[in-house]
Amino acid sequence: MSDAGPTPGSQVDWRHDVFRILKEADVKHMVYVPDAGHSTAIRLADEDNAINSVVLTTEEEGIGYLAGAWLGGERGALLMQSSGVGNCINTLALQACTRFPLLMVVTMRGDWAEFNAWQNPMGQATEKALNLMGVLTWRADEPQDVAPLLHGAASMAFNGDAACALLLGQRLIGEKQWVK
Amino acid sequence: MGQVNATGALDRREVVQKLLAGRKDLLVVTGLGSPSYDVMAAGDHDNNYYLWAAMGSAAMVGLGLATAKPDHSVLVITGDGEMLMGMGGLATIATRKPTNLTIAILDNGHFGETGMQVSHAGLGVNLDRVAQACGFGWTREIRDMAGVDDLRTRLSSRDGVKLATIKVKAENPPRVLPPRDGVYVKNRFRAALGHAPL
Repeated sequence: MSDAGPTPGSQVDWRHDVFRILKEADVKHMVYVPDAGHSTAIRLADEDNAINSVVLTTEEEGIGYLAGAWLGGERGALLMQSSGVGNCINTLALQACTRFPLLMVVTMRGDWAEFNAWQNPMGQATEKALNLMGVLTWRADEPQDVAPLLHGAASMAFNGDAACALLLGQRLIGEKQWVK
Repeated sequence: MGQVNATGALDRREVVQKLLAGRKDLLVVTGLGSPSYDVMAAGDHDNNYYLWAAMGSAAMVGLGLATAKPDHSVLVITGDGEMLMGMGGLATIATRKPTNLTIAILDNGHFGETGMQVSHAGLGVNLDRVAQACGFGWTREIRDMAGVDDLRTRLSSRDGVKLATIKVKAENPPRVLPPRDGVYVKNRFRAALGHAPL
């Protein structure tokens, strides 16, 4: 199976779609540990005065932050890499026991064409680990799927006080070039 | 290092009672364990949000709340062990500099909930100096009730992010348990701020 050449969704700018859909969902807080796959959303959030763009030292900080923002009546989203999901596991109890809307967008590593095998253990466990903690998950591997799936995840988080994660697959993001 | 800081002299219940006296519309977030019991002992309140888990999260809940509610003063009351688990959050909070957020650490230098093992704070790590190095606008180590009273007067000033370590005795007063139904506490807290449930 070749991944070279244009795909039907190749004209879709999914990186901008992430930010656009979060804005449409009335997200006021974008909290993140950086990942290259999120760099467009992070840059747009930084430039938007209506968004509190918060860089975290570790991903689970974002769960506490978003719980607090929701106590104050505002919506947010947590952006991270799949490795960060591992850091979040115990803290997800806060969502399970208080049921606030927790929307997460996760860029995958250890998922497809991974050069660094040290990413594989957490990458392969990411979706199962989220499901074990009660998080609803969706996967986008094609550009045109990002907007509808993120819209759906946001809708179910904010209409259901649920924890929802969209996983952005490594095929979508593209193969990381280690040697240039 | 060493154990010079292993215990303080203040009574934690007296400290919390003093901090919350005349609290008006102060919003309070508590770290799991003894700080939650101390705040409950001072009187349950719609503006209290008690954590029973997610150790290390109290200060970050405070940051999110303070950011969403800039017209309210937010006080996080937690323990040294809870704050140590989320110490990176002090760096995150310092980058945001919420003027309406104060963190009060009831520092007994021990993990009180699990058998009074000595904590990093008890072994000489000064959390107020960590916060100072991160860039908090106001930090103190408080060892007497006059200092607690001074902190209380600053809670409503909203003139910069603050953190105090308050050196309390290493003892476990009788537990006064806050509600454990997290959904109830969440909805009650939000309702008091005018936010409807789902």
